[in-house]
Amino acid sequence: METLKLLFKSPKFIAGLGIFVFLFLTAFIYPAVVDKNPFEMVGLMYEAPSSRYILGTDNFGRDVFVELIHGMKTSLIIGLFAGVIATAIGVTIGLFAGYKGGTVDNILNSITNIFLVIPPFVILILITVSLRSRSLAVMGLVLGITSWPWTARAVRAQSMSLRGREHVDIARLNGASVVEIIIREIMPYILSYIFMAFVLQVASGILNEAGISMLGLGPSNVVSLGTMLSWALLFESVRSGAWWAFVPPAITIALITFSLYFMNTGMDEIFNPRLRS
Amino acid sequence: MEESRKIMLKVDGLRAYYKTRSGERIRAVDNISFNLMEGEILGIAGESGCGKSTLAMAMSGLFLPPLTYESGSVFLDGENIIGKKEEELRKKILGRKYSYIPQSAMNALNPTLKIKNFVIDLLKEHDPRMSKKKVLDLTTERFESLSLPPWVIDLYPLELSGGMKQRVVIAVSTLMNPKVVVADEPTSALDVTSQKIVIKLIKELFDEGIVKSVIFITHELPILRHVCDRIAVMYAGEFVEIGETEGIIFNPIHPYSQALMQSILVPEVGIKGKKLPSLPGSPPDLRKPIKGCRFADRCYLAIEDCRKRTIGMVEFDSRKVRCIRVDHIKAKEEVVPHVQQ
Amino acid sequence: MSSNDEIIKTENLTKVFGSGKKAIKAVDDVSISIKKKEVISLVGQSGSGKTTLARMLLRLLKPTAGKIIFEGQDVTNIEGKEKKAYWRKVQAIFQDPYASFNIFSPVKKVLLDAFKLFDNKFTKEEKWRMVCESLEAVNFRPDEVADKFPFELSGGQRQRVMIARAHLIKPELLIADEPTSMIDANLRSGILELLLDLRDTEGTTIMFVTHDLGLAYYVSERLLIMHEGKIVEEGEADKIISEPDHPYTKQLIADVPKLSEEWLLE
Repeated sequence: METLKLLFKSPKFIAGLGIFVFLFLTAFIYPAVVDKNPFEMVGLMYEAPSSRYILGTDNFGRDVFVELIHGMKTSLIIGLFAGVIATAIGVTIGLFAGYKGGTVDNILNSITNIFLVIPPFVILILITVSLRSRSLAVMGLVLGITSWPWTARAVRAQSMSLRGREHVDIARLNGASVVEIIIREIMPYILSYIFMAFVLQVASGILNEAGISMLGLGPSNVVSLGTMLSWALLFESVRSGAWWAFVPPAITIALITFSLYFMNTGMDEIFNPRLRS
Repeated sequence: MEESRKIMLKVDGLRAYYKTRSGERIRAVDNISFNLMEGEILGIAGESGCGKSTLAMAMSGLFLPPLTYESGSVFLDGENIIGKKEEELRKKILGRKYSYIPQSAMNALNPTLKIKNFVIDLLKEHDPRMSKKKVLDLTTERFESLSLPPWVIDLYPLELSGGMKQRVVIAVSTLMNPKVVVADEPTSALDVTSQKIVIKLIKELFDEGIVKSVIFITHELPILRHVCDRIAVMYAGEFVEIGETEGIIFNPIHPYSQALMQSILVPEVGIKGKKLPSLPGSPPDLRKPIKGCRFADRCYLAIEDCRKRTIGMVEFDSRKVRCIRVDHIKAKEEVVPHVQQ
Repeated sequence: MSSNDEIIKTENLTKVFGSGKKAIKAVDDVSISIKKKEVISLVGQSGSGKTTLARMLLRLLKPTAGKIIFEGQDVTNIEGKEKKAYWRKVQAIFQDPYASFNIFSPVKKVLLDAFKLFDNKFTKEEKWRMVCESLEAVNFRPDEVADKFPFELSGGQRQRVMIARAHLIKPELLIADEPTSMIDANLRSGILELLLDLRDTEGTTIMFVTHDLGLAYYVSERLLIMHEGKIVEEGEADKIISEPDHPYTKQLIADVPKLSEEWLLE
């Protein structure tokens, strides 16, 4: 409780959380209130921002502002989904490897290392190319599956340092099972750490979605911040001077990841005893 | 203590506190006054949290946050070192006139440097004009006079045992012949055999006149019994009793000192039947102002008066005791019924 | 050496950490025997292997070689149900009363968790009654401490909760690894008395594991002196202290500062 209070005194965490919550609410409330189809072609190609379309139109004559809000929603969903999956896999593997040690650790650690050395983007491209339909859930799943290894690594180190604690021995002497010990004696101690890792995973999920979508491998039948950039790239918005087609999604991506990183730094300063002032 | 001897260190009304994150003050050192004579070893005894380590730090004049100076003075060889700038302290006082050896001193060695390079770096800090050869000669000579093998200076810290590391650090940090050495639990991380060797080394530094006076801080009373001329007992930020070693160990007066001495367990025939003291409660919260005697709540002799006013030190034979029940204690002949000599 | 009054013994128990050139023999061919209802101390300096030996006896660590025989039964490799049954009879108290607690669990949970060892033998009411009894046995008022979290208790109080846990399980052998080394000297007697109480009321055999020869001598009837993985001397506490036999024991006793004997002379 004390730490939570301190967390809300950290200017970095508050700033990060504030920006994120604002973007999140905008992305989810606006489409629910204003019934506009982001795919509807309302004007001509690359109309400059005006009072009618505050962010102009894109290459298909669609309202960039409406697209942006819908794209933000898509990106956030994919990012959160990827974050949950990456964190779940990473934490499970890390906790087991760190607690069990020995052979179990060797095997799990080797798997983690293999995933770490293969560039995730390559796997990402291979998986997405081979998929016929790419729904939001599938995209999130794919992104999550490729980015868990470093969470696993970090959690493993933490879990390892905790397994020698005397309360773990007491739990063993109580006849508690491995799963019970991991969930009750180890995980609570690194919960703040896991949450920090989750925040970073969400950020990297959003970045990776943008990257993969720019290559034209984004989710099908929806607008995301990445697909917006992809269209802007394909239809030479830069050469046409249509900055409104690529600057808003780029800034939005930056803003979301920035707010998440800021939250993470704020949390780190509170949770990490070495950084406490 | 003959009065003709020179006062090496005079601590006068020293107060220091820790600032917590929530802005509270923990008064860990509260109005400590004592004199350390030239040629004297003073022991400071007390349990964890009594403020003895804080006192050791505060006496050096260097207040590193969250430790904060409140009031009082520390005269080292006649010069008040409180209020001096950090740089002046580090250059002119610490290491040269006053050396502080903490429990973890051995961790001060840089693992990537051979001992000799560590010594050269350290001494250059104090005296940039000193040549490397002079530093090494000085070190070798000092090691020899302290019967430390001089070849260890060619080794890395990793190659030394904990006890040897601690001895090396002590020998090195007293190379400039500081007048006062303050050793804070210098052996509590070591096993008994290394402990004995390290303490012998400190005693040797003193006996050979390399250091003039020593303050020895520990919770292990049997060590103090063999090393110190006088012992001060500290409780909740204050000295509660100070006097000559024999008297404090075998005939403590303050009820807290009594409990502390009775709790000593040594492997000597006769301790088996001894009754160990069991104090009720726990030490007071130093964040709150305390009225009256700080030990009153745990004391079997406490009366109403104990809690009413500030208790000063009372002179009693050659001893000072912070207790208003001294007469009562004195009247009862058997003061320490359970310690057998 | 086997007889009816023996509770546990080891036969050539060995533990090696690491392998190849880096291998360290922490416990080297140790054969000891502990009698029922005795208070015995395993004394050794840090690195002597005493904690490793204790952890093997507790079956928290797998021996590299040798056997552990508990009440005539070989328990060296038991697992699952048998191990749980073993832990009903052999329990521990550790050095650090802070680290012994899960900081997220209140006192009552620490105690209730111990019922896992008894499967579902007791009803909720019975469990609660036993928890209260064990807290009372260590001089707590159950309603005062049951809901407290570890950070609300002092070091001595936490160690008392751990003793309450031992009261609850009522093991036949209790291994206390430095139970008072992190507790202020003037609170030590309370903890020691409660432990020795267990022996007197429940007939528990108690094994202290400690570096403190003075404490070991004070509490125990017999001593086992451990050095570099081996038991170098064992016997009646009085005899070892007054007439040590092994050179290491002699050295150890000479190096501990005492009150009436000279210490630094040599």
